[in-house]
Amino acid sequence: MAELMYREALNQALAEEMERDANVFLIGEEVGRYQGAFKVSQGLLDKFGSARIIDAPISELGFTGLGVGAAMVGLRPVVEMMTWNFAILAMDQIVNNAAKLRHMSGGQLRCPIVFRGPGGAGGRLSSQHSQALEANYAHFPGLKVIAPATPADAKGLLKSAIRDENPVIMIEGERLYALKGEVPEGEHIVPIGKADVKREGKDVSIITWSRMYYFVEEAAKQLEAEGISVEILDLRTLRPLDEEAILATVRKTNRAVVVEEGWPLAGIGAQVVDIIQSKAFDDLDAPVVRVTGLDVNMSYATNLENAIQPDAPRIIAAVKKVLYREGA
Amino acid sequence: MFGGLAVASKYSKDLLLTMYRKMYLMRRFEERAGQQYGLGKIAGFCHLYIGQEAVAAGVEEAIRPDDYMLSGYRDHAQPLARGSDAGMVMAELFGRTGGYSKGKGGSMHIFDIEHHFYGGYGIVGAQIGLAAGMAFASRYRNEDRITVCYFGDAAANQGIFHETLNMAAKWKLPVLYICENNRYGMGTAIARVAAVPEIHKRGEAFGIRHEAVDGMDVLKMYEAVKDAAAYIRAGNGPVLMEANTYRFRGHSMADPATYRTKQEVEDERKNDPIPRLKEYALKHKLAKEEEFGAIEEEVKLQVDAAVKFADESPEPDLSELWKDTIVEEGEEDVRPRERVLGQKVTKWPKYPSGQELKVTWDLEPREQAEKADKAAGLKR
Repeated sequence: MAELMYREALNQALAEEMERDANVFLIGEEVGRYQGAFKVSQGLLDKFGSARIIDAPISELGFTGLGVGAAMVGLRPVVEMMTWNFAILAMDQIVNNAAKLRHMSGGQLRCPIVFRGPGGAGGRLSSQHSQALEANYAHFPGLKVIAPATPADAKGLLKSAIRDENPVIMIEGERLYALKGEVPEGEHIVPIGKADVKREGKDVSIITWSRMYYFVEEAAKQLEAEGISVEILDLRTLRPLDEEAILATVRKTNRAVVVEEGWPLAGIGAQVVDIIQSKAFDDLDAPVVRVTGLDVNMSYATNLENAIQPDAPRIIAAVKKVLYREGA
Repeated sequence: MFGGLAVASKYSKDLLLTMYRKMYLMRRFEERAGQQYGLGKIAGFCHLYIGQEAVAAGVEEAIRPDDYMLSGYRDHAQPLARGSDAGMVMAELFGRTGGYSKGKGGSMHIFDIEHHFYGGYGIVGAQIGLAAGMAFASRYRNEDRITVCYFGDAAANQGIFHETLNMAAKWKLPVLYICENNRYGMGTAIARVAAVPEIHKRGEAFGIRHEAVDGMDVLKMYEAVKDAAAYIRAGNGPVLMEANTYRFRGHSMADPATYRTKQEVEDERKNDPIPRLKEYALKHKLAKEEEFGAIEEEVKLQVDAAVKFADESPEPDLSELWKDTIVEEGEEDVRPRERVLGQKVTKWPKYPSGQELKVTWDLEPREQAEKADKAAGLKR
């Protein structure tokens, strides 16, 4: 297995899929001559030419609409959002068109398109550039939403997304691009809709996704030293949720903590908790606890920024709460 | 009324009668839709095309049947001009299973892919972006088809209009943008909200061909679109055309149109494009009065049958709730005429596979990009 950075894994997935299928093209800001704002598309312009790696003007709504239109007649666009914060300008085309075309046409049309780019806190960027917006997109029927944590999952899920017949929202971790991990060589596909047990354990399940996975892992290591065995379920796909995997881990450990970077109200964690309470109530030994970003806008100051995001100490406290070991 | 006094016409009888039949069908269909709305058979928003028929009829005869087309929410008439089944369009308005979208879309979302009609869209101007993408796909695959995109005067004030025209112009996309300027965005006169109400002039900002056409004159529309389509098909990039037209009815069935005077509507009705075409044909002795009578009679029967078909079509089955949201693996697209009427549909879009397709388009040649970079560096 090769060790790759998250951005390199994404780059490989794009290159391989573009090689395999000439209907695939990439459009977005700075994806061509600049080589990508986060270097995900490095080298692709030279390889595939200017009709397949397209430098778009700063017109998020416009180029997203262009992508959706191209998908309606058989191309397979990948639309890069420089960050998901900017994609708020493109929401109309994603939500009102891409997600509804199959429905409005009574099954005559399909819209195989990937919208991808970084989400979550960027690091000293204040409120407009630091938002975990996955819950917004997971809300809409007609979309699929993926948010990989590791380079291997990033590659495998992007390949699945490009081959999918539906619009797929891919929220990458802005702070994960330089992170390294092992990626299987050759054809590596991760199916959409399948969560992954990243760490086996028996005392408590922590359900999470994307960058929060690393804080959870850190917490799990510390808890292990205290004799608490944590199972980590990385959802990877946020719509459709892998209910089976969520229920399986809860039935195994009988205790659950859900960790997400975004805000608490109407967060994805709320839905996860609902699945658990409605389908595995009798398996629970304690109420499920959520750890979320604080219900405030992101600040620039380091101490405020850190305090807003979930971290290992908060996750550890939540685990102790579901184990009734508070203050232990 | 139609220019000079010469009796000779360059138009064939066949063309004129086809246009007349289509315009009369649109008119009759919409009148019956309005009536059925009053009876409670149609609900929600229902935007009628009455008064604007010359635009859709003129466009349709001037382009190829396989050219792509999209529209806004005033979208019953354009697919009828393309050849969509009137009964299935009416059934969609009724919310019945016999509709093009199984009754899931309704009045604002008519889709007939077999006739390359890619939908009516309910968010003002949203189709402008989609049209650029469809035109992009044609260019990407080296096809010579064009995309025709209708939108209203008010849509030209949306951001997507400006964002998309910029890209379409820069990349010379084969798309014909037709602004049907019926002078009101819902109840707001365009001049009240547009600094420059002549929409076509906005093409100047993007360096593209733009023109205004009398949208109440089907032959002028036909000529203008024929010329524009040839220009676009030859690879010259997009055209912004403003068809100056007028809707005789309110914005939707819910609109009593109190923002304009009865006199204004009366005056505009004197410009009714349907009798105008008939007069022209009679004057040039291309058709006889009774031929028009026969067409009108046939169309009336066709629309009666459409209403009957819609009324008799059942409501969609509740199991439909769970279909057509996500495309499952291996799932085929639905072909409405086959599903509803049991007629074999053979003209369904087919695209080259990713291995067959060779992309030869150089959207931004390297020298061109380098020149622009250099010029930017030399500024000042």
